[in-house]
Amino acid sequence: MYQLLKQIAKTGIVTEPAPLPDAALRALEQRLGELILKHFGRALAIRHVDAGSCNGCELEIHAMNSPYYNLEGLGIKFVASPRHADMLLVTGPVSRNMETALRRTWEATPDPKLVVAIGDCGCTGGIFGESYASCGRVSNVIPVDVAVPGCPPTPVAILQGILTAITPGRK
Amino acid sequence: MSVPLSREDPHYPGIADIYPSANRMQRAAADLLGIIPSADADRRKWLRHGAWPEGAFPLRKNVEAGARFAQGPDRYPFVPVEGEGVHEIPVGPVHAGTIEPGHFRFSIVGEKILRLEERLGYKHKGIEKRFEQMTLEEGAKLAGRVSGDSTVAYAWAYAMAVEGATGTEPPRRALALRGILLELERIANHLGDLGYLGNDVSLSFGFFQFWRLKEDLLRTHAQLFGHRYLMDAVVPGGVAKDLPPAAGEALAERLARIEREVATLKSIYDEHAGAQDRFIMTGQVTPELAERMGLTGFAARASGVARDLRVDYPIPPWQQLDPRAASHTRGDVAARVAVRFDEVFESMRLVQALVRQLPDGDIRAPLGAAAAGARGVGWVEGWRGEVLIALDVSGTGGIHRLHPHDPSWQNWPLLEHAVHGNIVPDFPLINKSFNLSYSGVDL
Repeated sequence: MYQLLKQIAKTGIVTEPAPLPDAALRALEQRLGELILKHFGRALAIRHVDAGSCNGCELEIHAMNSPYYNLEGLGIKFVASPRHADMLLVTGPVSRNMETALRRTWEATPDPKLVVAIGDCGCTGGIFGESYASCGRVSNVIPVDVAVPGCPPTPVAILQGILTAITPGRK
Repeated sequence: MSVPLSREDPHYPGIADIYPSANRMQRAAADLLGIIPSADADRRKWLRHGAWPEGAFPLRKNVEAGARFAQGPDRYPFVPVEGEGVHEIPVGPVHAGTIEPGHFRFSIVGEKILRLEERLGYKHKGIEKRFEQMTLEEGAKLAGRVSGDSTVAYAWAYAMAVEGATGTEPPRRALALRGILLELERIANHLGDLGYLGNDVSLSFGFFQFWRLKEDLLRTHAQLFGHRYLMDAVVPGGVAKDLPPAAGEALAERLARIEREVATLKSIYDEHAGAQDRFIMTGQVTPELAERMGLTGFAARASGVARDLRVDYPIPPWQQLDPRAASHTRGDVAARVAVRFDEVFESMRLVQALVRQLPDGDIRAPLGAAAAGARGVGWVEGWRGEVLIALDVSGTGGIHRLHPHDPSWQNWPLLEHAVHGNIVPDFPLINKSFNLSYSGVDL
């Protein structure tokens, strides 16, 4: 126990400041009113859906949970069910085998809801593109508010996308 | 070995009765190519859900790359388990955590798992067909995205296959740099999983500590090699980026610092009664079972199967380094945790030795011309296990056929065995101790 407490004390607080929103990442006009966004800004529940990625984007979503980014300090929390979520964070080209599951997850998320597509594949279909097995970009299946490019995008870029989605403003 | 098949009735003698891990591969080949194992084999579909109909075989050459099929119904015959007090828990494909999609069907009595049946294939996005539209150079980027957490292992195996098919000899400096990249990938993945294994037994201290160290390493990767996960660093013919002496020193210094902290964390994990209580005798795979089912990679080494390509086939750069394979015999979560710690330390030693003895010279050789019909194979001990790439060159020097093979093909079936008799709440812990790839096997 002594060793554990010593390690905590020695580590200190490593959290870095959060990035600013970037309107250039918007795919759709902000549809939500300022009042709702004010609430989301203080307590945002996110459900992650991997719709067919290579798992690279998931690595960066995990990394976003490291103490360097302190998500919960920003009021952001990942939840276990779409029924508890305000936002879906969707990675991958949408495989045709995940098309139905993604659509059902989106339908199960209560309104008002936001969708952020993560990574080059989520934005454009990426290297996998569209095929007999892939629907390509996320917006081919469900409406996307903000799209974050990168292969994979860094935790800071993903965080910036999330913050952009809950910021009032134009495209 | 090659087996001639008749075009009208492509049957072959199945091998799943000898090698149980071949079961799902045979079913995948049947779904994609319509080649069918002998009558007594498991004939259930595997990768085909509803995206293409029965009787259509997307990997056959008469199916255009741009072909589309109407989405059809998807019914899958799970094996029913009956008896007093038995009930089923269906989980997925969308899971509760940040994890890839797959379906797990648990049959349980009370809290105890009687049977687990996995159903995968949700991420099938046509990777093999995509490869066939690419040149040998272009394929490297896709190979690095078959399973994102093993990008170096795949890119290296791909490069090895292309180099074999084109008669290209990569420079010795490039091989040493590939060794450094592969071991860094191994360290990064083990650090992340050791954090999650702490988290899954409510030791969130471990999660935050290990993810801080992993983030330090990822930032070092970005600084020295231009990418946090080292994607596109290995290319056919060599590597894309050199490591100048000053950068090598910086890397060695950074690793030494991380190593000291991992040693502290190991002693905290080892002495934490609560964590050890959850780890020990949970999710056991005995050495006999591991051997019979063909378990591979670090999970096999935790179950007494002492196989490691770096040790068994010490091609450059492993030759002079004398890598040591980690080993354990109990095959439980605790053994997989112990092996991961051992491999972190051993990989640190290997990287530091490689940095010190980096040969001079070029980092990339020009690719030779590929003859039509040439073949190449690449085989690399990735962090999860052995990654294999089998390549057939087309008449125009592009990719005719390519199969990227993930060690998870062999290891997924063992997870079904490892959870027997364990309680449902331990499933996430057992699953994470293996951390198998979905993308790598769904293709």
